[in-house]
Amino acid sequence: MFTDFFFVLKKKGVPVTITEWLSFIEALYKGYFQSSLNHLYYIGRAFLVKSEAYYDMYDLAFQEFFGGIETSALELDKVMEWLENPLHRLPKLTPEELAEFQKKLEEFRKEHDMEELMRQFRERLKEQKERHDGGGKWIGTGGTSPFGAYGYHPGGIRVGGESWMQSAAKVAGERRFRNYRNDLILDVRQTKMALKRLRELKREGSQEELNIDETIDKTAKEGGEIELVFSRSRENTVRLILLMDTGGSMLPYTELCERLFSAATQMEHFKEFKYYFFHNCIYQDVYEDMANYKRVPTEKLFSNFHKGYKVVIVGDARMAYSELFDVNGCIDYFYSNDKPGIEWLMRIKQHFPYSVWLNPTHRNFWGHYTVDTISKIFPMFELTIDGLKDAIKALTSKPKQPQLN
Amino acid sequence: MTDKNKGYKGSDYYIASKPLMEIVNVAIALGKPLVIKGEPGTGKTLLAHSIAEALDKKLIIWNIKSTTKAKDGLYVYDTVQRLNDARFKDKDISDIRQYIKLGKLGQAFKSDEQVVLLIDEIDKADVEFPNDLLNELDEMSFHIPELDEEVVAKHRPIVVITSNSEKELPDAFLRRCIFYYIEFPDDEMMERIVKVHYPDIENKLLREALKRFYWIREVDGLRKKPSTSELLDWIKALMLGGISPDKISSEIPFLGTLLKNEQDTGRFVRLSNAQGGFGFKKRF
Repeated sequence: MFTDFFFVLKKKGVPVTITEWLSFIEALYKGYFQSSLNHLYYIGRAFLVKSEAYYDMYDLAFQEFFGGIETSALELDKVMEWLENPLHRLPKLTPEELAEFQKKLEEFRKEHDMEELMRQFRERLKEQKERHDGGGKWIGTGGTSPFGAYGYHPGGIRVGGESWMQSAAKVAGERRFRNYRNDLILDVRQTKMALKRLRELKREGSQEELNIDETIDKTAKEGGEIELVFSRSRENTVRLILLMDTGGSMLPYTELCERLFSAATQMEHFKEFKYYFFHNCIYQDVYEDMANYKRVPTEKLFSNFHKGYKVVIVGDARMAYSELFDVNGCIDYFYSNDKPGIEWLMRIKQHFPYSVWLNPTHRNFWGHYTVDTISKIFPMFELTIDGLKDAIKALTSKPKQPQLN
Repeated sequence: MTDKNKGYKGSDYYIASKPLMEIVNVAIALGKPLVIKGEPGTGKTLLAHSIAEALDKKLIIWNIKSTTKAKDGLYVYDTVQRLNDARFKDKDISDIRQYIKLGKLGQAFKSDEQVVLLIDEIDKADVEFPNDLLNELDEMSFHIPELDEEVVAKHRPIVVITSNSEKELPDAFLRRCIFYYIEFPDDEMMERIVKVHYPDIENKLLREALKRFYWIREVDGLRKKPSTSELLDWIKALMLGGISPDKISSEIPFLGTLLKNEQDTGRFVRLSNAQGGFGFKKRF
């Protein structure tokens, strides 16, 4: 009956499957929804959406599909109940405040006729099209109008407040889960989760783990004489080098890069983890510190680290044409380079076939000459959760040769 | 639910939001595992305790560790013990049954009455772990090859699975579950939660404390935001220390109960100083 909703969900990018849809329909038939849009919203979400990352898309789909349906968000008898007993709904008051409110309430009741209040309320409900916070007339929160929630009008009408009383379409409309979307920028925890995928388990090191199955087999074969068999334990063998741009154009993304950096350093999950910094483009030196004082020759990277190391370069890849292609093109006047930056980048890619470039800027802004060139050398990904996942996929699969012509 | 008197409605010490209650009830009615995700300290684990208490059922807890294997939850065949017994010939080892010990999942299946099974922090285990449990949770039965016996659940247990999203759960697994993400409680909800724990807290103290608490949570770049359990600890400390509400607004006593990380504390103090004392962040 809601089959179209399934397709709306799909269209919005919620990865809903037939199995899930069928159990949802099953629940529907068994009558758990009490024919209410609220139930449909929450229970539907529990059945159809399996990650908070998709809650926002679900909200959008729900809005699109059910948004047009009139809901009785306000049950009038409940409203009447509040009107009669508003003070029970105001738990935060001290006795003095309470007495004050009691007094005002009496005055209010004298001045206003209940019928009149209800009429006004319906009228304003009709007039009011959007959410309203503060102020003295509209139905909303935190204001002094007689109508709304968390406000300070004695005897006024409280609307909503507890989320159950809001219409589902409105909850969906608030899009509270926008921040959980996958395609938004990441926080440390999410980054860590993504980095966890970067692993290759291999049996390495000394033989110290008791292999029970083998031991039993061997013992049985020996006719009951216990024979212990040890094997190597599995551990992550990923070695990672992080190269980060500290150039001026990266300033807006400092925090984002910091998050990636702190996630990577907190991981304790890699066999080895090295990080270096550079300014705009990589030349014959990289730096151990962000202020670019402690130089390490780029050649050292090649001699110290074998090609099994995975390299992640973080930078916006936007620079002047000369910085990438010219001898002595480096932006720092005190620094001269006898090989253009692009040659160094090519060497890095050649030495470390498993290397990717993470770009904190949005894909739409990559239409710049140097960005374009660099993305032909290194597979380039956005610094978002999805981008990071793709990058890690690229790091663990067979590397592609650079496609420079 | 069709029957209003039955079903889960939260318990004395646990406040569940209404959508969550409904979803718990639907999960129980359909016999599907319920996956609960959410920030640390939003009461994921407590939910299972609360369900067990409210419905008066036994709770079986299976704590997952990084080394836990799916099979551990079903049964363990103690071969080493049997081998050892065989060596000394002082015991009858012909009955394998005495060496088969049911795991938590097995116990839940074998139980004579319906139980609540909590699989806690499923994401701690290996990535493949949830997939290994697919069939067992679906059919609520498993096979013990050593005995050639089928263990079938007498009553489908109410399965609650919590995850801290350290690893993502596989899709095939999630498809068979009902999913709920517990949001961090807003201040009104939090007030109710605190009151459950400390019923005689002064209103003014509570209000000031909550104001501070949500303000600290909004400080950017904290490595670990304080959560409900930290708030409760803090409030307890405030109450025991007899701190007056006015003092909370001018300084933050017992900051260590809220921020447990040196860098966070450092960052926080720097920030507050930069803003001229413990003033509210100017946002406009």
